[in-house]
Amino acid sequence: MYEPILLKRANLPRSETIDVYLENGGYKALEKALRGNTPAELIDIMKRSKLRGRGGAGFPAGLKWSFMPTDDQVKYLLVNTDEGEPGTFKDRELVEKDPHQIIEGAIIAAYAVGAQHAYVYIRGEFFLGVKRWIKAISDAYAHGYLGQDILGSGYCLDMTVTRGAGAYICGEETAMINSLEGLRGEPRLKPPYPAQQGYLGAPTLVHNVETLAHVPHIVLNGPEWYASIGTEQSAGPKVFCVSGHVFKRGVYELPLGTPLSELIYDYAGGVPGNKRIKAVIPGGASTPALTADQLDVTLDFESLAEAGSALGTGAVVVLNEDTCMVDVARRTARFFAHESCGRCTPCRVGSRRLVEELDRVADGEGTGADLDRIESLCNGIFGHTFCPMGDAMVMPIMSSLKTFRNEFVDHVANGGCPTCR
Amino acid sequence: MTAGPFVNQDPEKRSMLLTALYVAQEQHGYLTPQAIERVADRLGMSVGQVASTASFYSMYRDKPVGRYIIQVCEGLTCHLAGGAEILVEQIGERLHIKPGETTPDGLFSLTTVQCLAACGSSPAMRINDTLYENVTPEMMDMLLNELGGA
Repeated sequence: MYEPILLKRANLPRSETIDVYLENGGYKALEKALRGNTPAELIDIMKRSKLRGRGGAGFPAGLKWSFMPTDDQVKYLLVNTDEGEPGTFKDRELVEKDPHQIIEGAIIAAYAVGAQHAYVYIRGEFFLGVKRWIKAISDAYAHGYLGQDILGSGYCLDMTVTRGAGAYICGEETAMINSLEGLRGEPRLKPPYPAQQGYLGAPTLVHNVETLAHVPHIVLNGPEWYASIGTEQSAGPKVFCVSGHVFKRGVYELPLGTPLSELIYDYAGGVPGNKRIKAVIPGGASTPALTADQLDVTLDFESLAEAGSALGTGAVVVLNEDTCMVDVARRTARFFAHESCGRCTPCRVGSRRLVEELDRVADGEGTGADLDRIESLCNGIFGHTFCPMGDAMVMPIMSSLKTFRNEFVDHVANGGCPTCR
Repeated sequence: MTAGPFVNQDPEKRSMLLTALYVAQEQHGYLTPQAIERVADRLGMSVGQVASTASFYSMYRDKPVGRYIIQVCEGLTCHLAGGAEILVEQIGERLHIKPGETTPDGLFSLTTVQCLAACGSSPAMRINDTLYENVTPEMMDMLLNELGGA
């Protein structure tokens, strides 16, 4: 049985407090890093650990750190706590249950790249998370882990929290930077990347909270230990969120490379009511659904890409045999239409047109021409939007239209859905 | 406006806008034109800039709302758990409001929202700052009773 690393403290009473964190090995990694390692050594450690970003894109963390300029100009760290991908609730768990683990990782990352200020951007809806972040930061200051001359090292770091205000797109790093600057949360053109010109034009390292939570463990136990967990190319553990039609919904930490079937049956307890699985969304609403004959796939970046989907945020949504895939597609489209920032036409107009078409088909008023239009709309959006959100919206819909084509055709032929009615 | 101490901390005043808008919204429950003007004045921005940013984000309101804002999640996993539609219908029957409306006594507003990151405990909803998970019709009835819904 795998022993959790990131969630090892999560079920202790008062796990969110600095006392419990310190009693369980907390801030030892920071001491080790500040007293024993130069920033360059830490970047090297991070590269050797093979840690990849846990926010969805899976970019190698050490490489990202090495992109930051090494001169002494003003630099920032931005901690992305704007979790909003439907199906995902791991960051909320990590922040509410063990905020100091993230803070410790953030301080080490900030030290490694020479950042003077760490901005935490947290989803506006996370009321408890905001409270826990602020309390944890204030306790970290009181213990000398933040502020001036941290642990006598001469290194200084401030950390502040900014609450987002209800915009999914702000999870995209450049949109988040605009939002932090008091602007509309619309994405910026890349390049320049945030490591060159980020917040207020200064080099900015942006990380998802889960990614930062791995950092103290890597520093403490060594990069080779970390790289030995998981697979060759997808190293380390991952916090998965399981929801939908399973007995035990919740967060489960497992090594990357764990079979999907093991997560669903051994950890989440399988599907209630002796129902069969129709499909599984493996990485949040923007990842294409897998079919029942793909449950042996292992949960890592490479295997899921090969299976035609993506690891995404590790948000596994299980759909039983009674689920209407047309309804799933329209709900996905509704979400993205609601969250489109409006900056570019294919996303702004395309998402609304997709909802109209999918509504018609789902409600039994569609024709074959509507199915053709859905396909053509998806093709018009894919690859043609300013930021990746357009692709994120249409990939699951295009895939569903292909994999579950018979359901879409049935809706048109029978004037509605036998399952939904 | 209590955002004073924050405003001076950041290198760019404009960066305190999201925080300032929350503070400004507290007073009347929504952003009045006067509140937008005050924020603009304090941060050295134009009214247009402030209004443009405020209108982008769903958590800033430009209309008066009820004392209790009920936000029912209509995300996919809440739906799979028998969520949004049933709860919205139930609230409609008791309070006679649809999403986007407020009761005439100004007590309740109802809206539907996208994913609340509570998919492991769906259906989920929020009433003001409190998240409610695994919501059942019985629980909804009890909550509305407590808050004084007819």
